[in-house]
Amino acid sequence: MLQIACPHCGPRDENEFSCGGEAHIARPKQPDAISDAEWADYLFMRTNPKGALAERWCHTVGCRRWFNVERDTVTHTILRVYAMGAPRGGGGGA
Amino acid sequence: MPERYLRQSVLAHLGLESRAVDDPGDAGLVLCERAHLGKVGLRGDPADKAFLAAVEKELGFALPLRPNTVTAGDDVTAFWLGPNEWLLAVIPYEGTPLAEDLVKALAGLHAAATVLTDSRTVIGVSGPAARDVLAKGCPLDLHPSAFPAGSCAQSLLGKADVLIHLHDGGARLDLYVQRSYADYLWRWLEDAGAEFGIAVLGD
Ligand SMILES: [Zn+2]
Repeated sequence: MLQIACPHCGPRDENEFSCGGEAHIARPKQPDAISDAEWADYLFMRTNPKGALAERWCHTVGCRRWFNVERDTVTHTILRVYAMGAPRGGGGGA
Repeated sequence: MPERYLRQSVLAHLGLESRAVDDPGDAGLVLCERAHLGKVGLRGDPADKAFLAAVEKELGFALPLRPNTVTAGDDVTAFWLGPNEWLLAVIPYEGTPLAEDLVKALAGLHAAATVLTDSRTVIGVSGPAARDVLAKGCPLDLHPSAFPAGSCAQSLLGKADVLIHLHDGGARLDLYVQRSYADYLWRWLEDAGAEFGIAVLGD
């Protein structure tokens, strides 16, 4: 089980949270102007790295707020917790 | 909203009143239902001074702004639920006048006050084994050093979402649970607490 530091509530067990998948995937601005392949790429294709991955998490049974987590997919180490809307590489956590 | 005389607790079918005792004796776990406590959901921006001032004027005390903390007056307790969300619990049980007063006081502001009285019921938990029983099904660290008296937290108990409030002095915990989970949670508590002995108190 992971222990995740909610930016509001502090460290809580993983079963209080839900994972919203990979973060920083921008929806195409004009879906009808792109090809099926490009749309499928947006919908289905993920980086699936071995190492640091940025994910969206929600503190579902706690404060119900979304935030970003950078997690090492090999060691499960949580590298960084930062606010929704903040850039991945940017300074200053949430 | 139903007439008072028609209003029934969501746990009425368990016949708790017929089990109620005045003295819990040496029971390790003491349970009671605090039915029909009034509840108001409050949303607003804590960065908006006008919002905070209007609410403070209406309640007579300031909203809790630190996560998982509680502030209270004589009749109303305010729980921090999120960075722009609070739950107000109101004694006696009618939440409606407070919600209406808040709606008037918050007119023109980006805020909302909603009557939620019948959305949840409250199960009071006390007795020497209370924290041990909750620890069987709750991922929170319930040790007094991590969960001090006067604080609140939203978490899981068994499979149910709960808001846990540890009263000042630490003698009683209140569990705010969605009404559809109340029967499950009560039975879960009876099962988890059986080894310590259980007493039921009246409301
Ligand atoms: Zn949280």
